[in-house]
Amino acid sequence: MSTVDYSNGDHSNSELLLEVDDLWLEFRTSDGVAKVLNGVSYNVHAGETLAVLGESGSGKSVTAQAIMGIVDMPPGVITGGEIRYHGEDLLKLSDTRRREIRAEGISIIFQDALSSLNPVYTVGFQIGEQLRLRRGMSRKEAQKRAIELLDMVKIPNAKGRVKQYPHEFSGGMRQRAMIAMSLALDPEVLIADEPTTALDVTVQAQIMDLLKEIQVERQMGLILITHDLGVVAEVADKIAVMYAGRIVERAAATELYRMPGHPYTLALMDSMPRLDQRGQTLNTIKGLPPSLLNIPPGCPFAPRCPRAQDICTVELPESKDLGLGRTSACHFAEELVNRV
Amino acid sequence: MGRYVIRRLLQLIPVFLGTTFLIYVLVWAVPGDPFAGMCGERPCEPGFIAKMNEKFHLDDNIFSQYFQYLGNLVQGDFGETYNGNSVGELIALRYPVSVQLAALAVVIEAIIGVIAGVLTGLRGKGFLDNLVLVSTLFLISLPVFVTGFALQILLGFELEWVDPVVSSDPTLGELLLPAFVLGSLSLAYVARLTRTSLMENKRSDYVRTAVAKGLKPSRVVGVHLMRNSMIPVITFLGTDLGSLMGGAIVTEGIFGIQGIGKMTYDAILQKENITVTGVVVLLVIVFLIVNLLIDLLYAVLDPRIRYE
Amino acid sequence: MSDPTAASTAVDSAGAYVTAAEHAEPTTGKSRSLWSDAWRNLRKRPTFIISMVIITFMIILAVFPSMFTSADPTHQDLQRQMLKPSADAWFGYDFQGRDIMAGVAHGAKWSLLVGFFASLLTVLIGGTVGVIGGYAGGWLDGILSRIGDVFFGLPFVLGAIVILSAFRAAGLKSAFGLVIVVVLVISALTWPVAMRIMRSAAISAKQQDYVKAARALGANSFRIITKHMLPNCMAPVMVYATILFGATIGVEATLSFLGIGLRAPAISWGVMIAESRDYVQHAPHLLLFPAGFLVLTVLAFVMLGDAVRDALDPKLR
Ligand SMILES: Nc1ncnc2c1ncn2[C@@H]1O[C@H](COP(=O)(O)OP(=O)(O)OP(=O)(O)O)[C@@H](O)[C@H]1O
Ligand code: SF4
Ligand SMILES: [Mg+2]
Repeated sequence: MSTVDYSNGDHSNSELLLEVDDLWLEFRTSDGVAKVLNGVSYNVHAGETLAVLGESGSGKSVTAQAIMGIVDMPPGVITGGEIRYHGEDLLKLSDTRRREIRAEGISIIFQDALSSLNPVYTVGFQIGEQLRLRRGMSRKEAQKRAIELLDMVKIPNAKGRVKQYPHEFSGGMRQRAMIAMSLALDPEVLIADEPTTALDVTVQAQIMDLLKEIQVERQMGLILITHDLGVVAEVADKIAVMYAGRIVERAAATELYRMPGHPYTLALMDSMPRLDQRGQTLNTIKGLPPSLLNIPPGCPFAPRCPRAQDICTVELPESKDLGLGRTSACHFAEELVNRV
Repeated sequence: MGRYVIRRLLQLIPVFLGTTFLIYVLVWAVPGDPFAGMCGERPCEPGFIAKMNEKFHLDDNIFSQYFQYLGNLVQGDFGETYNGNSVGELIALRYPVSVQLAALAVVIEAIIGVIAGVLTGLRGKGFLDNLVLVSTLFLISLPVFVTGFALQILLGFELEWVDPVVSSDPTLGELLLPAFVLGSLSLAYVARLTRTSLMENKRSDYVRTAVAKGLKPSRVVGVHLMRNSMIPVITFLGTDLGSLMGGAIVTEGIFGIQGIGKMTYDAILQKENITVTGVVVLLVIVFLIVNLLIDLLYAVLDPRIRYE
Repeated sequence: MSDPTAASTAVDSAGAYVTAAEHAEPTTGKSRSLWSDAWRNLRKRPTFIISMVIITFMIILAVFPSMFTSADPTHQDLQRQMLKPSADAWFGYDFQGRDIMAGVAHGAKWSLLVGFFASLLTVLIGGTVGVIGGYAGGWLDGILSRIGDVFFGLPFVLGAIVILSAFRAAGLKSAFGLVIVVVLVISALTWPVAMRIMRSAAISAKQQDYVKAARALGANSFRIITKHMLPNCMAPVMVYATILFGATIGVEATLSFLGIGLRAPAISWGVMIAESRDYVQHAPHLLLFPAGFLVLTVLAFVMLGDAVRDALDPKLR
């Protein structure tokens, strides 16, 4: 798919930028309390790509929103944990300080670029807005910089495009504009929440290439939220797999692909379409994730897990350290990893 | 944009012709003798009838009557009353106060309605929200003439804060109460429209983006949320200005304002058909033009419209 | 409420309900329809319960007025002219010495009849034209929309006055005839609003996959409209109809106030209010009771419309 090859690497020696540590979050709605995040932990270093995988509703986006501080509150309530940026807990910062970190320290790209861009302002205005307000640029300078940014994300005829409205852009161009906007203040960490889901396959590959290229160039930390295991294999350095508001497995990308350490990861990989098995029916994961309003005791994956034993419905598996920066929340993690 | 304007203009023509023709037919082609009761209690004099028949071509068929009327209208001639007064002049005399009244009503709607809507829309559920919901519910349920009566009795007769009826050449201050009455229903709609519009957009993706960009809350609300949320409200206010100019009959009646509504009402009762037709045609023109302007304004406010 | 065409804004955007239909797709595997979901939500709303109690009471009042009063609403007795409310006559007597409570009880029928038939007719005409225009599109839609614009362009009160005074000249005497004329006039001037709401709902429904599928399979237009589109387009129009029911009661009162709506023998609340006009300063109870019942009824319908709309909109749940 991708034309550029970026080898998956180890960045654990680079600077640690962002760390989510045992984050708990719930939504208190009229239907009840939905426990959406139940102790999520992950981190990202400079120049590193962390891919966050998981079924719809597993809490990937909510974690990202919590990092940005844009969860709807109410109904959302953070009930525990820390989010550290350069070692400083964001949750304890003042609103003003928090605001300063947005876009300059940590930036985000949303899935649906059309609805995420304001329909009544030109693309140039929306990119330049932050430059004017936060970098004190004049309207002219901001416009010039916006054109450079659009050029950087490879939008043809950036000079003309900068004066257009989002609806005049194609889907791929909108996502590029969104990327340009999120990079305007040179953030250290970029969160990309399913940046390519709404696009067709060739455009997906182009956008991923672009993101990766910019990341390498700027040595940014990239948190890539996605459903697409194919994308992950090519760009991720490490992977966190989420299920029902928990990280069930964390591993270096190569390791995880070589030998998944959690039955849910295995099932995910099985459900992925593969070129060498074309025509076969896909092994979709049977059943549904548990209702977050009422998570049963034991392992949340138990009702769907082919390896479940009696203990699984009684005792919640702790996240176990398997060495080499690898963790898995399964009672039988060691057996899985040491299979062969 | 240019094509959009032209298309709207072209659509206006059949609507203008249709509406004015409809009025013409309704006023003139009623079954029975058009002159019955027209000259007060006495039957009309034959000479007068003949003159009128000739002037309005009443012996021709309705289509040719209508087009001859339209021809005069285009030349700015609204015709004459039976007493020989120029309808155009009558209108010119009465129109200003009605325009003032309608404009004042829209201003009141805009100020109170938008403030109430913004306060509740931004804050969400709570005491204020319930208060606004309940009070708008009441305003919507009260027919304008009941609101008018009630306020006239209370403020005019009981408390004597204002004169129950306005003078013949009313100042803006005197028009304040009538304008509030006239705009009360729309005021409730403006408050509700603003509230829902804000609540919907508050959760929208682009507002989230604006927050994620690290903009101050005042800028997120003022620049990103307001601009989008006020589009339907502004449209509503504009349309209202167009319709309130004709909708003031009741209010003008209650407060004794010598405006266009009162004049039309009297004209209808006295069967001054030419006056009635003239006023209604004029109101339709105003209504259509205001709507066209609103459409254009809409296109300016919302760039997506321009390219449809 | 003196202009029912303004009531359209109470129905925020017709499109919202079509998305409501989309969102009501089964979430738990069990298929629950939009309507049963909405009904379940509606039952719990206090505004729904209050408005239903008021409406039920008013209907009973309209059908069996003698359950509430034994006095004859038309009996005049100048001896008791404008007497204040008392134990004998709870609502007092009017300027001709008629019992106001009897008048209010017997007037309910006329007000509700106008409200019911006018909103029904409006929705029938507007809904039919709207669904045809929305479904057919093209030149037919263009023509129907322009016809709607023509009626919409007439200022409501003025249009009603012109038409009604024309009929007045024709000299109608029976109560039923008076009601029919008022109903026809209100519907004739209001249907474009129902048409616009239905039309935009129909345009969105047309783009739904199952409608496209039905068209691709060659189902005929009538069947597609009645079987597939109407069930999904009804929600916004129903909300409008509910609010309109209340609105037309207010409109009838306004027309009667102007002296061109109902009149004896069809003495509605509006007629009673209009008659109180010259005495209201000295005998406010002449206005208070009929106006109170009128406002309460309109309020109930507007509240009901609000509740139904909120129940149908999953975003607000
Ligand atoms: N504002 C909110 N109010 C209530 N519940 C919410 C809100 N936002 C998210 N949730 C709930 O939180 C859970 C996790 O949602 P999230 O968007 O993080 O899922 P996701 O993993 O990103 O899924 P997808 O792959 O579909 O984007 C879901 O059950 C969702 O319903
Ligand atoms: S703990 Fe048990 S149920 Fe959970 S994933 Fe492991 S084997 Fe499956
Ligand atoms: Mg998501």
